[in-house]
Amino acid sequence: MTRRAAALAALLAVVPTLTACSTGSPASRQITVLAASSLTESFGTLAHEYERAHPGVRVRLVFGGSSTLVRQVQSGAPADVIATASTATMRTVQGADRAKVFARNRLAIAVPPGNPGQVHSLADLGRAELRVAVCAPQVPCGAAAARAFSAAHVTGRPDTYEQDVKAVLAKVELREVDAGLVYRTDVQAAGSRAVRLAVDPPVVTDYPILTLHSPGSGFTAFVLSARGRAVLAAAGFDPP
Amino acid sequence: MRRAPAALFVPAAIAAAFLVLPVVGLLIRAPWRGLPRLLGTAEVFDALRLSLATASLATVLSLLLGVPLAWVLARTALPGRWLLRALVTVPLVLPPVVGGVALLLVLGRNGVIGAPLGLSLPFTTAGVVVAEAFVAMPFLVITVEGSLRAADRRYEEAASTLGASRWMVFRRITVPMVRPGIVAGTVLCWSRALGEFGATITFAGSFPGVTRTMPLAVYLALETDPQAAVALSLVLLVVSVLVLAGLRDRWLFPR
Repeated sequence: MTRRAAALAALLAVVPTLTACSTGSPASRQITVLAASSLTESFGTLAHEYERAHPGVRVRLVFGGSSTLVRQVQSGAPADVIATASTATMRTVQGADRAKVFARNRLAIAVPPGNPGQVHSLADLGRAELRVAVCAPQVPCGAAAARAFSAAHVTGRPDTYEQDVKAVLAKVELREVDAGLVYRTDVQAAGSRAVRLAVDPPVVTDYPILTLHSPGSGFTAFVLSARGRAVLAAAGFDPP
Repeated sequence: MRRAPAALFVPAAIAAAFLVLPVVGLLIRAPWRGLPRLLGTAEVFDALRLSLATASLATVLSLLLGVPLAWVLARTALPGRWLLRALVTVPLVLPPVVGGVALLLVLGRNGVIGAPLGLSLPFTTAGVVVAEAFVAMPFLVITVEGSLRAADRRYEEAASTLGASRWMVFRRITVPMVRPGIVAGTVLCWSRALGEFGATITFAGSFPGVTRTMPLAVYLALETDPQAAVALSLVLLVVSVLVLAGLRDRWLFPR
């Protein structure tokens, strides 16, 4: 009997905290921002600054692959702002014509420190003896990789088509591949664990941002502001 | 037939509905009319063939190595056996993606074992088999060990006193006695290997015909064409039901 009572007490203690998590107190407003994985560092900084400038507002950041984020919005996930790594993916969101490009990223070759495969340009990614990772053509970074190969007239010989940029980069950092095609900002975020080589001719992708619900408009404006530009530039993004 | 008490029947009904309804939903929402177009491609065939081959190889590997391990855990007085049991079941609780990273760190090109041996398992079909076996083998080991513990050891002792060697006792007495456990473990192991995703994509990567198994193809299809993903899942579902039903008739319950 006492054991049953204890279990019930434990359950009663847990339930209010669970519901508190999902609703939040009315005094603090929360805005939810869905952002492409490559924005992890820069949006983290921006959200922090935005919260400090607007006491009582909490920015909840959700990072993921652009197509995954778009799918979440379409299935009704609560979100106030969405920022993706490609305009093509954004196009399927309702109201996408209001989206504004806030940054540009460039495709880059990432190699492990010391460049064990002696990779110098995109042409090297066609060498059969090298281990190469790229994104699958179904995701934005894979589509960009395909554009890069065709623009440079190179037949890429990838050994694996990864699900997203971070997976490609992880394989470079673990030295399991000699080269991977990722975004410039990703190599920068990897610090000393990867070395960046330029893709020539450059392949540029646009990053659009869209306010889905009005509470998010302030954050969107902040991303598009001069301060937003500066933070994004520090992370390796080009201005739109 | 006895009537089940409501205290058991109601939660049992909820559990059954909870487990069955998502599959029913898959069947209801399946793009039946588009199936031939969605599935009649070489890539789907490649992924399915690869999945069946790698899951079966991983199961054979698990049987060859896992049954002896289960025997050691159940029947020997090895010091620190409890610790060994806890360690070999770690892959059960480890998120498979982490398992994949761990495999890379050990068996990868620059891994602890991979580098000195010159192994090159990642991005190969053999790598898929290794990843699946890593995740699936504990299911077999746990099941077989449970059966070995539950089995009546007096038969083995009687065989020994009658002069049978220890290997003969294992082969002729122990294995036949725990056969239901081995079969159940094999089925669990194969099913888990067939559905394996995280360790495979992390350790072996994803390349059509080489390392892209059905679960990887489903996840990738979800990026662009959710209908295709549902269709692919349906194929995986049908194939696994067919295989398990076939086993049931021929092997699981011979009489």
